[in-house]
Amino acid sequence: MKVASWKELGIAALIALLAALVPLVFDAYWLSVSVTAMMYIALCTSWALFSGPTHYISLATGAFFGIGGYLVGTGMSDYEVSFWVMAAISPIVATLLAALIGLATLRLSGVYFVIFTLGLAEMIRNLVSWIQNNFLGSRGLYVLTDFTESHIYWMLLIIACFVYLLGWLVARSRLGFALKIIGNDEAVAKHVGINTAMSKVILFMTTGFFAALVGAVIAPRYTYIEPNQVFSPELSFLVVIMALLGGAGRLWGPLVGVIPFTLIWEFVSIQAPNSTTLFLGVVFLLIVYVLPHGFVGRIEQLNKKLREGRS
Amino acid sequence: MDILVSGLLLAGTYALVAMGLNLQYGVARIMNLANGEMLVLGALASFWLFVSAEISPLLAIFLVAPLSFAGNWLIYRFLLRPLVKRSKSQGQLEVDSILATFGMSFILVGLMLSIHGAYFTYEFLTQPITILGSIVALNRFIAFLIAVAIGASLYLWLNHTRPGTAVRAVAVSPEAAGLVGIDVAKMSAIAFAIGGAVTAVGGALISTFITLDASIGIIFTMKALIIVIMGGVGDIRGAIVAAIILGIVETAVATLIDPGLTLAAAYLIFLLILLFRPQGIFGRRPT
Amino acid sequence: MRYSGSVLSVSGVTKRFGGLVAVDNLSFDVSEHEVMGIIGPNGSGKTTMLNMISGVFKPSMGVISMKGGRISDLPAQEIARRGVGRTFQLVRLLPTMSVLENVVAGAVFGHRRRWGREAEDQAHQMLERVGLEAMAFAPISSLTYIDQKRLELARVLAGDPEVLLLDEWLAGLNPTELETGIELIQDLRREGRTIILVEHVMDAIRSLCDRCVVMSSGVKIAEGTPDDVLSDREVIRAYLGDDDA
Repeated sequence: MKVASWKELGIAALIALLAALVPLVFDAYWLSVSVTAMMYIALCTSWALFSGPTHYISLATGAFFGIGGYLVGTGMSDYEVSFWVMAAISPIVATLLAALIGLATLRLSGVYFVIFTLGLAEMIRNLVSWIQNNFLGSRGLYVLTDFTESHIYWMLLIIACFVYLLGWLVARSRLGFALKIIGNDEAVAKHVGINTAMSKVILFMTTGFFAALVGAVIAPRYTYIEPNQVFSPELSFLVVIMALLGGAGRLWGPLVGVIPFTLIWEFVSIQAPNSTTLFLGVVFLLIVYVLPHGFVGRIEQLNKKLREGRS
Repeated sequence: MDILVSGLLLAGTYALVAMGLNLQYGVARIMNLANGEMLVLGALASFWLFVSAEISPLLAIFLVAPLSFAGNWLIYRFLLRPLVKRSKSQGQLEVDSILATFGMSFILVGLMLSIHGAYFTYEFLTQPITILGSIVALNRFIAFLIAVAIGASLYLWLNHTRPGTAVRAVAVSPEAAGLVGIDVAKMSAIAFAIGGAVTAVGGALISTFITLDASIGIIFTMKALIIVIMGGVGDIRGAIVAAIILGIVETAVATLIDPGLTLAAAYLIFLLILLFRPQGIFGRRPT
Repeated sequence: MRYSGSVLSVSGVTKRFGGLVAVDNLSFDVSEHEVMGIIGPNGSGKTTMLNMISGVFKPSMGVISMKGGRISDLPAQEIARRGVGRTFQLVRLLPTMSVLENVVAGAVFGHRRRWGREAEDQAHQMLERVGLEAMAFAPISSLTYIDQKRLELARVLAGDPEVLLLDEWLAGLNPTELETGIELIQDLRREGRTIILVEHVMDAIRSLCDRCVVMSSGVKIAEGTPDDVLSDREVIRAYLGDDDA
């Protein structure tokens, strides 16, 4: 990612302010769509923070998101713990898990990492279901709060802003520089003194943190939490698609991917619900063959050609 | 003892599928995440032939194999070869092929769902027989025998024929293989196609004793990947040993603890391998 | 002026790749401010030896120490932080970053951790040192081969290395470029840097190295001043075969 400037931060702040007005302007249906979109914006930007510079495709988002939702559900339902406490605890749990996974797999090539994270959500889902069925009794986990859609929207907006801010700070820091070098040539990175494994792990931990936080915050929307629904491999795939569609090379790339995709996805889910899987497959292929650097990457390429053509 | 025998029989078919993936990843350098879907396609074809035309799966194999060979060859030639040509490093090819084959797997699942959305299973040779004191279904035993036969022929082909040796050379080093006059692109395509055919046949065999549905492919992909990595990428013996370990562990967990935890068990094994021996049991290259 | 303490010490180092023994029981010491050449015919294990010093591989047997401290079991980034800098046989640059950024990369993470203005100043100084200051903001794609090599050298120098490893740095240069290249290394030598050179270019070896170690098939077959080793019978036989010895 290019070193972010103060100007970029200013523009982002402006957009965030505008975004905050959404619940006051949109009707219930569009507000609901916006909540979904904001959720993905937070998830995808956080995902791209790590997967953008390192090119390690993380499919662990669903697992971390699930931890957020599930812990909030369990804490509130079974142990009468407040939402805020659970929403604070679950990201920490997820971060620890991310650290574990990172230390185990990030010293190896990207393939092992992808494969490991591929099955993670599914595996945790199996494990949690088993524990729940055999030891805890299949009770429902209710998340009952006073939050309205608008509240949830604003909470997600604040999280998205924090993610963006973090990305902006990292890009200007040593860590960001190190990651850029790692993405260029890992051997050189090691030989200039960068601890490549640690750099990757630290950044990966932030994706765990934010994905769980988002999962926790959005739990009240579902009211009833079930492991099968909250540990969703499909979520991982959607996050990857939207982030790559927009372009993971820029901090605001995922934003560009999320908004149109959420709208199209809404459409497809309602009009052709049996073809959603097919649709996802086509979009994946689209990304690989037509938009390898996302919309943003393609637009920048065209820009460059225009500029070079002119000079 | 029961567990050992059942596990071993299961391992036979797993080994076949893993060998398919080994050829695709070890030789063509494509991490094929659609591998499981290829398996399910083979299974679906076998089911359909049995249910509509009463063709025995053992015969269906002779139809499934060449069709999947051709299909995989086309996939490699038109979808994957462009990625190989445009990638500037092995790492980038891996990322690209993961995303592309992932997309393919979604498309295949989507297509299969529209053809046959429900679970499919059929009764074929379900009579019990006794092996080493354990009672198992005949179909599992037959599947095992066929898997062993195919695996053995594959091993012989790779080690005792010219094209087979060429394929092994490409697995060791595409650059060096090219330098000694091997057509790397052609061999990669053939390896990929054979890999796909072997997987599809494995699917046909599995369909005789396991109930499948269109979306279960990913579980098989995961298991095949775990076996390939555990055995060491590109190593046939390794895949066999790893398949045996996985088959037995899985059967043990399913019998003694809970069938819902088989994936978690496989995962745990995977994690241990990644932590302590990422190159696999017989692997050569440390990453 | 030569100091008696050895900066780098290679002791009984062996490296096996499966059945192949690439380096066989090699030992030598490099003193501070010395320019040591590692020479030998192709495939003799020279780059493998360099790779072990910089931490790309660990030795199968033996110890490599720097200023008394063992480095052979450390990961490459630790060795880099101890002050070992190297260039690669095939130049490795950072393609999406500018010339200046490439050099800054060398300055930030080494044993003198610089950042911001300080790192940039250091980078500019190093670019001047290698004669690339004019190209500081040029894109990587516009650099000629010798310029790419100079850039890589600038990156390594930006980290203030105690020991400089040059892996066939003079390879592939035309006669004019070669002259420039040798001059540059002479400059570094005059500065008093400790350098280990793996080289094939005989002129360079004669004019730059204080001492040489000659390897053939992984084994050390001679050690001494360039004049001594280059007239040694074993060395001539290793390079040219029996007839010329």
